Amino acid sequence: MAAPFDVAVIGAGVVGAAVARALSAFDLRTVLIEAGPDVGTGTSKANTAILHTGFDAAPGSMEARLVARGYALMSAYAAEVGIPVEQTGACLVAWNEDEVVQLPVIEEKAAANGCRGLRRLSGDELYAMEPHLGPGARAGLLIPGEGIVCPFTAPLAMATEAVVNGVELRLDSRVTSMESDGSIHVLGCGPDPIAARYVVNAAGLQADTIEGLFGRHRFRVRPRRGELIVYDKMARRLLSHVLLPVPTKTTKGVLVAPTVFGNVLLGPTATDVDDKEDRSTTREGLEYVLAKGGRVLPALVNEEVTATYAGLRAATESSDYQIHFDPVLRYLCLGGIRSTGLSASLGIAEHAVELLAGPLPMTLKRDRKKVRMPPVGEGMVRAYEDASLIARDPEYGRIVCHCERVTAGEIRDALRSPVPARGLEGLRRRTRCLQGRCQGFYCLGGLVSLVARETGRPAAAFLEALA
Amino acid sequence: MVIVGGGPAGLAAAAELRRRQVGRVLVLEREGEPGGIPRDCHHAGFGWPDLKRMMSGPAYARGCAARARAAGAEIWTESSATRWRGARTLQVTSPHGLFDVSGRAVLLATGCRERPRAARLVPGTRPAGVLTTGALQRIVHGARERAGRRAVVVGAEHVSYSAVHTLTASGTEVAAMITDLPRHQTYGPLAWLAAGRHGIPLLAQSELTRISGKGRVDGVEVTHRTTGATQSIACDTVVFTGDWIPDHELARAGGLAMDPGTRGPRVDASYRTSGPGVFAAGNLLHGAETAGIAALEGRASAAGIARFLADGAGWGAPVVPLSVTRPLVWISPNALGLPEAAPVDHPFVLRVAEFLRDETVDVRQGARILHRERFRALVPNRSIRLRGGWTRAVVADGGPVLISTASRPREGEAR
Repeated sequence: MAAPFDVAVIGAGVVGAAVARALSAFDLRTVLIEAGPDVGTGTSKANTAILHTGFDAAPGSMEARLVARGYALMSAYAAEVGIPVEQTGACLVAWNEDEVVQLPVIEEKAAANGCRGLRRLSGDELYAMEPHLGPGARAGLLIPGEGIVCPFTAPLAMATEAVVNGVELRLDSRVTSMESDGSIHVLGCGPDPIAARYVVNAAGLQADTIEGLFGRHRFRVRPRRGELIVYDKMARRLLSHVLLPVPTKTTKGVLVAPTVFGNVLLGPTATDVDDKEDRSTTREGLEYVLAKGGRVLPALVNEEVTATYAGLRAATESSDYQIHFDPVLRYLCLGGIRSTGLSASLGIAEHAVELLAGPLPMTLKRDRKKVRMPPVGEGMVRAYEDASLIARDPEYGRIVCHCERVTAGEIRDALRSPVPARGLEGLRRRTRCLQGRCQGFYCLGGLVSLVARETGRPAAAFLEALA
Repeated sequence: MVIVGGGPAGLAAAAELRRRQVGRVLVLEREGEPGGIPRDCHHAGFGWPDLKRMMSGPAYARGCAARARAAGAEIWTESSATRWRGARTLQVTSPHGLFDVSGRAVLLATGCRERPRAARLVPGTRPAGVLTTGALQRIVHGARERAGRRAVVVGAEHVSYSAVHTLTASGTEVAAMITDLPRHQTYGPLAWLAAGRHGIPLLAQSELTRISGKGRVDGVEVTHRTTGATQSIACDTVVFTGDWIPDHELARAGGLAMDPGTRGPRVDASYRTSGPGVFAAGNLLHGAETAGIAALEGRASAAGIARFLADGAGWGAPVVPLSVTRPLVWISPNALGLPEAAPVDHPFVLRVAEFLRDETVDVRQGARILHRERFRALVPNRSIRLRGGWTRAVVADGGPVLISTASRPREGEAR
């Protein structure tokens, strides 16, 4: 077996990728282990893509602290590496008297969480800001800091930065066993076991399984399924803020939000399920969110739907994050990161490094390579509208996915990047191809041929991989 | 003159505009080859309405482009109109650069697409192997791959049988066809071929209610609409066919008035949209009619465009909307700009929601019946052509023109 790593991070979702990136700043040998075929294929790829301020977290909780810190770090990091982010602000809408009286309570909570700038809105102000709101909105609360973020680019940027700074990325490697002699852990994950002095558990839905391998049973992950509907870009004009309902004791409710790709997202449901891989949508779930969406934005339901999907949040019996460090065991657990992981990820990673830096000596590397992600957000100058880029390389003027305006140059780049796309599914998250309204009606055949040509692999391999 | 879309409608308009001595006609085509959807339809059945000849899709597509070029139109391929930069100016992205193109008039002929699985809100998992006919044909004929081993085809209209043909010819067994209507909506011989020769069962009055499979499709659940009975069918491929929607994004981005029935831009009988100097024709107006019908519309639109280019007039006159009531779903063109500068000699296209026999369609304005036409059979998802001629009896101040079936003139709500 090869020499042991200093740290093995299990799980290349947004939390694991953030930890690997943070560790890559130090002269450590780090490995990032992922069960799936790519970075960010679990909870990280199917969520509401909101960049939360943490205004409504439970004051004093680990989640409240790390979301607030993660929000600040993400805002800066996104600008640095080119993760699409838009600070749209959110409107919390109260539809009846019971909800109206909740608004000051939420305001107080936000203040306790250090979230500033909130403003109460009368019904008239609400309709002036969001003229397409359905009838009956009574009052609202504006949270100007809330925003939207690209859930695909964020973990990819972090993993890419980690890889170009020396972190080893092992995909298709599900950790199924752990043996330890007290100082070195050997993780069984396929034909090549991985030895490491410290292990970070960022396994998301499987965090409790990894806990078990270390003899710990502090929580159980009970996936909470959320079904969502994505509307086409023509719906984007219907709203300018994230539209939130007043949360109840049990759920944050169904929201309507713009996306950084210029679509509109409606959802999620919240259903506890047993199967950690059951990402199927249901008739009841879709009808439920449609009914909610029809009340909030009646015009939305006449628009075309480009996607429906379900994500699984890694919920546990606790409402707070399950972050536990065992210095003697050399094991750090980052579990129970439910729906705020994308916002909190950089805060969680910073906290993880602080914890590990106690027993694990680490010094900052002298030079770190920076990364710059391709501009996929609607708020950016995309390749197809970048005259100088097209003049330099005509492949950026050759649109191959018309609905999302993805060019052959971007497809090529994604196949050759440090964390390359290995199939159409990976390309979809890196470039937006096939994400649009036609879902491949026009472009699938051409894309398959293009990718086969670029990679020298048979076209059939890519058709099988497309999900 | 700038034409967006080098399919049958755009190319036919280009050729006719040149024949009418329009100086410079430019067709923007986003794909590498002009010709539109027929390029990928490797079967016979193209050309009858417009050319009175039968040929294959690719041959028809090549012919459309050749006639436009021979007439002197320019066709720029790999050129996408990506943004409006003025009332008749478009930003174009192409490997040759990013630039603006302006015309004295613009014709939108951007075609249509099939609604994919997501747009139909079919629940279940999201495995590989779920396609539209368009994607299927490009995989089989473009990438030269077999789609799968066993497929279920959703739909039983013309294009559904085209999908069946593509599947069976490339070695994929078709397990079943599914339609929510009581029977198929295509020509008898096509349905006979699928059911008789290939033994494909047609599950009528049924809906696809669930897709299952992790990684790859492993089956579907089909529910009967009236009895609620469900059955499971094992398959590794699902093809969603038909349920067309105009590719109307450029039209909507340009702020053009839209027709709620067709979901395409509203046009009058001269193919004028609400945008001065902006015309629209072909399947952008109403979803898929055959390529020949789209080409005829393109050709017909050239008359109005040539008039506009000659005198610049035509907008600002009263527009009388044409509305339909159930069981009619839409009519196209769906307005009259008064006075229409020339008699409307081309027919209107109609759609119905259900099968009707020996039905009369009435056209009224107020209490006046302007036109009655009897049809032996009206079939959903099939083109119905209503004669023109009556348009000169429409008056500007007589209210909307209502088209309905004689047996149920006031049933349902007006659209």
